[in-house]
Formats: sequence, C-alpha cells, structure tokens
Amino acid sequence: MFFQQIINGLTLGSVYALIALGYTMVYGILELINFAHGEIYMLGAYLGIIILGFFTAIGLTAYSLPLSLVITFMLTVLFCASYGFTMEKLAYKPLRQAPKLSLLISAIGVSIFLQNYVMITQGATDKVFPSVVGNAGFTFAATRVTYLQAAIISVSGLIMLLLHAFISRTKTGKAMRAVAQDKDMAALVGINTDNIISITFIIGSGLAAVAGMMVSAYYGLVNYSIGYSAGIKAFTAAVLGGIGNIPGAMFGGILLGLIESLGAAYISSEYKDAYAFIILIIILLVKPAGLLGKASEEKI
Amino acid sequence: MNSAIIKTLLRSGIISLWSALLFLPFKGLQAAGILFILLFLALLLITLTSRLSGHVVSRADIVQKQVAQLIPSNSLYLLLLVLPALTMPLFSRNYMLDVAVLSGIYIILALALNVVVGFTGLLNLGFVAYYAIGAYSFALLNTRLGLGFWSALPLSVVITTAAGFVFAAPALRLKGDYLALVTLGFGEIVRITLNNWDSFTKGPNGISGIDAPFFFGISLAPLSSFYYLVLFFVVLAVIVIRRVHASKIGRAWIALREDEIAASAMGIRSTQYKLYAVSFGAFWAGLAGCLFAAKMRFISPESFTFMESVLILSMVILGGLGSIAGVIVGAVILVALPEALRDIQMYRMLALGAGIVLLMIFRPQGLFRGSSASRS
Repeated sequence: MFFQQIINGLTLGSVYALIALGYTMVYGILELINFAHGEIYMLGAYLGIIILGFFTAIGLTAYSLPLSLVITFMLTVLFCASYGFTMEKLAYKPLRQAPKLSLLISAIGVSIFLQNYVMITQGATDKVFPSVVGNAGFTFAATRVTYLQAAIISVSGLIMLLLHAFISRTKTGKAMRAVAQDKDMAALVGINTDNIISITFIIGSGLAAVAGMMVSAYYGLVNYSIGYSAGIKAFTAAVLGGIGNIPGAMFGGILLGLIESLGAAYISSEYKDAYAFIILIIILLVKPAGLLGKASEEKI
Repeated sequence: MNSAIIKTLLRSGIISLWSALLFLPFKGLQAAGILFILLFLALLLITLTSRLSGHVVSRADIVQKQVAQLIPSNSLYLLLLVLPALTMPLFSRNYMLDVAVLSGIYIILALALNVVVGFTGLLNLGFVAYYAIGAYSFALLNTRLGLGFWSALPLSVVITTAAGFVFAAPALRLKGDYLALVTLGFGEIVRITLNNWDSFTKGPNGISGIDAPFFFGISLAPLSSFYYLVLFFVVLAVIVIRRVHASKIGRAWIALREDEIAASAMGIRSTQYKLYAVSFGAFWAGLAGCLFAAKMRFISPESFTFMESVLILSMVILGGLGSIAGVIVGAVILVALPEALRDIQMYRMLALGAGIVLLMIFRPQGLFRGSSASRS
C-alpha cells in the first residue's frame, strides 16, 4: 500500500516537475507567473489525442504502433513549442516595459482564451485517449508498476537530466542563466535577450507538452479545464523548490506528487486538490525563497 | 517601393501561414485554409491603410481625450444618471431588472476589489473567497438559525470582514506576485472546503430555501423592490468608498501603492493600512455576497470559482484601476455585454480572454484613468 502510493506519487510528481520547469524558467527570466503555461500542458494532452487519432484513421497505428507514438510525441512537442513561442511574441513581448501586473493579467487573458478556444473547437466533454498502451505492467516487491508509469518516470527523468546538461553545459544554457541573473547586463555583453526569452518559452512549452501527453495516456481522459489545476500545482512545485531554481523545480514537483498521493491515501482524498494550495501558502509564508532557493533582499 | 511591397506580402504570408498552422490540429485543414486566406487579406489591408493614413495611434489618442472630456464630472450630469436609475423599475421588463440587479451586485464587488487592487496596489486573485464567505454566512444564518435579512446581513458582513482580517494578517508579509498567489490559494481552499464540507455547507448541492428580505413588513422578493435594495447599497458603497478614498486612510493607501518604502519613511504603517484595505474590501464583498444569496435564494460553490475572481478583476482593470466611475462602468459592461451577446455565448469567454490581452497592450490604464494614478 505504502510503496504503491510512492509509485503513484512519483508518476504524478515527475509530471508536475516537467510543468514546474516551464514556470520556473520563465519566472527566472521575466519574473512572470505564466498563467497560460498550464494551458500549454492541456494543449499537449489534446494534441496527443488528436494526432494519434489522425494516425489511427490513416492506418499508421495499425502499421507500426511504436513509430506512430514517436511521431505523435515529436509533433505534439513541436506544436506546443510553437504555441509557447507565439504566445510570448503576441501577449508578453509588447509588455516588456509595462508594469509586472499588466504582464500577469495578460497571462490570465491568454489562459482564458486558450481554454475557451479548446472548449469551442473540441467540445466541453471529456476526450478519451486511445488505449494503445494498455494496463500491462510488472509486480515488484508486492508493488504493481504499469509500463506506462515506468515510462513516465523514466522519460521525465531522462528529459530533466538532458535539460540540466543543456543549461549547465551549453553556450545557450549559459546565456539563459545570464539573462535570468540580470537582463540588462546580459544584453550589454552581447546576448540577444529576446532570442533567449523565446528559447525559454519554446523549451518550457515542449516540456509541458511531454507532460500533457503522458498524463492523457495515464488517466485516459482529458478536458479543456485540466490546465488550470495542473498549472497551479506545478507552480506550487516550482515555489516549493525555490522559484527560478531548476533543480528546485524538479525536486518540488516530485515532493508535491508524493505529498498528494500519500495525503489522499492516508488523510483525505476529498481534499486532495487543496493540499497543493495549503503547501503553497505555508511555503510562501514560512520560507518564500523555497526549499532550495536563496533569499534575496529587495533593492531600493 | 517594389521591394517594400514584396516585403509586406512575404511578412503577411508568413504570419498567416504560421497562424493557420497553429490552428490546424484543432479545426482541420479546411478551416485553417480559410483562416489563412482571411488573415492574409486582413494583414495586407491593415498594412496598406496604415501606410496611407499615417499615425493611427496618435489619432486614437485624440479621440480618447475627447471622450474623456465628455465624461460627466459635475453633479448635474450625475443627476442625469441618477434619475433613470431611480425610475428604472417603472418601465423595464423583469429581464432588464434582473440584469440591473446583477450589475449592482457586481458593482459593489468590483468597487471592493478596487479598494484592494486599485487604491492599495495589492493584487488579489482570490477575491471571490470573501464573496463566498458573505453569501454562505448569510445563507447558513438564515436557513439554520432562522435569522431575517436585516440581522443576518450585518452578522455575515462582520464574519467576512473578520475573515479578511485574519487571512490578511499573515499574508501581507508577502508582496506582488507571491501575495497574488497566496490569495488565489485562499480562494481555492475556501471553494474546495465549501464543496466538501457536506455536513455544514451541503457540499456541491448548495443551500436552497434562503428567505427573501422584508422591509417593515413589505416583501422585497419582487425584482422591482429588490432592485431598490441593491441600488441603495450601491449608492452607499460609492459614497462611503469615495469618502474613505479622500480621507487620511485613502491617501495612505495610495502612498503605499506608489512607493511602499517612501511611504513607510513618511511614517505610514504599511501593514496596518494594508490590513485596513483588505478588511474594508472584504466588508463590501461580504455585503455583495449577502445580496447575491438573498436574490438567488440558492447558492452553491459553483458560483464562486476562480473564473469569478478573474471576472471581477477584469471589471476593475477594464474600468481603470483606482477609478470609481471607471469600475462602475467596467462592471456594467462585463455583466450586460454577455447578456446582450447571448446568441454567441460560446465565444464570449474567448473574447474576454483576447480582450484582456489587447487591453493590457493598448490601454493598460483601462477606460478611465484612476484619479491619482502614477504619472511616472
């Protein structure tokens, strides 16, 4: 029972971590809580279903399931990255000099827009993810792990490792860190900050797409409103680990997933959705810099 | 010149192709194609006309100034507004009155949020929590203890104000985005609790059978009478909030909004005045909640979602942060417009989302500029 919940929590947590990375990277650079990030995740979930449905219709799934899954995966990531890129160019870039409040409200507007766009084009009812992966799995020490769960945990782990290497090893990663530290200084030393911001949105949206696709396969159902709660939870995860801190977001996501599934099992499942908010409030009040973050003084 | 035209064509083509591509997976090939053609033509048209007419932006500015001059500022104009408001039930149908009553409730809510966000500069994304607490306190006092409107109302308002105070006291240590998030969390926790605490709040089924208000033995249940009740409270809210805004407290709020450190240096106790603002806002939101419960006679957690908080915030921002007249106009527009657009109801939230983004980009100060907005 306990280990079962740990596995469930890890699955959920790695998804939160993937979304949280997008929040934390954008916050690190723009100091914006990108409210629409959860919607990108929701778009990813829908796109997975739509593209896979298209492949089933043209017979590619019957021809080769792994191939169609891989192409679906890539196309979904590509589309979501484009959505993220476009969103930043249209709704956030014109507000670069505006007060932060305007930026946040613009993000809320984007979120409302995308939610209703999907509701209108895809309907308000739940969409079913085609059960291509099934419920197969293995039992290890009296704990059942489905292949899907194993895949979610390992894919997320791999992606996070790659991201970490990208941020810490490559030149672009270095530029991203520089922009996060001080945008004006970074521009002075010749970094094209607009490009870096675009890259950040593209990477973050791609990660959210992966999360969305995996969740829709895991739960089997998606709805246009899933982005909001997943977004808030992932943001909580980002705050939990220390916003702006990339390893912190990974850590916070997994911790939140574990807390939620253990809390639902041992405390109350009705209030499962409230845990994230309670943790969010407690963390912000007690240690606003997060578990792994550094406290920063306000500059006068 | 020739290269400029090719450039325009290319630019419009790329933008419309990109949009059509993004549109493709959700609407199919045909719709994406139509979008591509329409967008391409629209972009070409816009580029051509803007080249012909020169500076469109500056012209819009002149129009805005002219509109601003038309806005009534003295009491004679005010009378012109008050007269139709007073006589409205005499010549309107019930449907119109229903919209008017709802507008009134939202005006109070938006005015309340304006105190917190507009005057004091504390972004609140869970304002619906106070509205919910007011409505539920009223409903529970009425259905469980049998208290009438005039005794349940002040009690619920006191409860809501106290809730605002108790919650704000720890939360106000935070600033900006963090504060906004904590308020959002608070709003969600209140809604989830109302939804799950079946034994007390009847959960998702909601509370029904709330009594209609009486006034010296006259039932205020008919819409025409209830309208006057709401009108009374709207006028009261406007007068009181205006007076407080002009008082020492109001000026302290504005000082805190403009520069908290400078204000503290001038001897304004920031936490104390912020607490006043949140409690004062909660007071009016609670009152609006009571009116809502008394009007609907039935409430459920569904009426108090995050979207509701966003809607109230949109009213304040559309009207103009910090401007009382603007906020009233904003509330009326956002309540009445969706009613007028009932036929295209599906698209109204879509339009709201896009409208918020456009407003932030092109007119971040809202329709009316706040009376003492920052000039920097």
